[in-house]
Amino acid sequence: MNDDLYQDIIIDHSKRPRNCHAMADANRKAEGYNPLCGDELKLYVKIENDIVKDVSWVGSGCAISTASASLMTESLKGKSREEALKLLEKFHELLTTDTPVTQELGKLVVFCGVRDYPARVKCATLAWHTLKSALTNSGEPVVSTE
Amino acid sequence: MIASVISAGFDVDKVREDFPVLKQRIHGKPLVYLDSAATAQKPLAVIDAIRKFYEVDCANIHRGVHELSQRSTAAYEETRTKAKRFLNARAKNEVIFVRGTTEGINLVASSWGRKNVREGDEIVISALEHHSNIVPWQLLCEEKGAKLRVIPMDDRGELLLEEYEKLLGPRTRMVAVGHISNALGTVNPVRQIVEMAHRAGALALIDGAQAAPHLKIDVQALDADFYAFSGHKVFGPTGIGILYGKARLLNAMPPYQGGGDMIKTVTFEKTVYADLPYKFEAGTPSIAGGIGLGAAFDYVTRIGLDKIAAYEHELLVYGTEALSRIPGLRLIGTAREKAAVLSFVIDGIHPHDIGTVLDRQGIAVRTGHHCAQPVMDRFGVPATTRASLAFYNTVAEIDALTAGLGKVKEIFS
Repeated sequence: MNDDLYQDIIIDHSKRPRNCHAMADANRKAEGYNPLCGDELKLYVKIENDIVKDVSWVGSGCAISTASASLMTESLKGKSREEALKLLEKFHELLTTDTPVTQELGKLVVFCGVRDYPARVKCATLAWHTLKSALTNSGEPVVSTE
Repeated sequence: MIASVISAGFDVDKVREDFPVLKQRIHGKPLVYLDSAATAQKPLAVIDAIRKFYEVDCANIHRGVHELSQRSTAAYEETRTKAKRFLNARAKNEVIFVRGTTEGINLVASSWGRKNVREGDEIVISALEHHSNIVPWQLLCEEKGAKLRVIPMDDRGELLLEEYEKLLGPRTRMVAVGHISNALGTVNPVRQIVEMAHRAGALALIDGAQAAPHLKIDVQALDADFYAFSGHKVFGPTGIGILYGKARLLNAMPPYQGGGDMIKTVTFEKTVYADLPYKFEAGTPSIAGGIGLGAAFDYVTRIGLDKIAAYEHELLVYGTEALSRIPGLRLIGTAREKAAVLSFVIDGIHPHDIGTVLDRQGIAVRTGHHCAQPVMDRFGVPATTRASLAFYNTVAEIDALTAGLGKVKEIFS
């Protein structure tokens, strides 16, 4: 299986997750939790003038959810809130529909294999659901992918 | 190893012929089904019984005078007789058909519990319980202002009976404990647990979901007040299960659900309930399920639970040894008395990734918390991978699991 799902980038990011630390001066935070597998993460976002200046996370989960959080944080920096939410939409489409893979997703296309593993979609989307919560609410709600 | 399996007088190849589902390939590999603790596969005898019901005998039960209704009623009620024998109950009317273990426990918590549990009373469960033997009691305790007490376990996954003894007191009303843990495979000393409960003046309910497919059950020898299990884990269909209860207790309990079939007479002023067991069986049940379950009892009895237990134990010993040799793998649940469940974690690799990689090799295991989150918390893991065995599994399949885990380590190392 070498593989449609566990591509090298995913394995790399799951073993060496990027931006994996708390952020003291974040002005948006959210927590995500997947009760089915116990995956959890905290997301820290620093937004200035509607631009994501910095984003980081801490948490624990499977290779897919860890790599997804890691790659998500890499792809968000410098994006406007609107662009970030648009990316979320595209990412969700990538995982759950048969639409052709588009280049605007950049490195995130490595997750297209998740399509064939419906049970794993929630692993790949946990960080993104948490992002949505961080960007659209001012409090610190806990979101769930269930 | 193989020689000893054969000497147990058990021909696994022949048994496998009875299970059509096992003959398929998954992702190009032969299916290795190691998830029987979640649901067991069904032998042809069960599938045929269900098919025959729908093709030849289909009618509602306990009603019409016509031929089909009589046939379906007879076939359904025959399962009650078989269940009585399967459990060694005193009488047929102590066998209540329910949807499964969960409904059986909810029935007792709701019907017996609401009538008998008061503020300040205590219900004792164990740290090994499945959510279905936790939440119904929590709901009851919340409603009544009663307290839920939990028997702790040690690092092997064995209950601490001396701690249990301390939990028992004059306010203990019910002790509800699993016969075998679904997450770890621990076989609990339920006879002793029941006896201790009785000594304290409490009743005892045994969740037999994991025991019924693996052990010979004797509710009289256990002296259990209630015993619940699911048909689908004992090679029968989903949607049907059995709640055993002592007639004396069941008679004193109010109905669980109201409706058709559970009454003698109904007027708008007063309804007279039916006698046992029908008092607890409102509405049209899973008739095909009940008939299929009867075929499952026959099938399991024909093979013999003693033989099943002996063969599965061989598999467990072999599997425990094989998995223990894998570096970085830790078995969760190493009780001295154990059913054929191999729950484990591997350093640095999440169970869901293990499960997915194994699936691509045709190997079906369960990953997650197994509806037993307190058990996971006790061992400090969010989830485990669980291979659970049945008598249709083979030594070769355990070798396939070991090889599959080698592949897992290759990908994630």
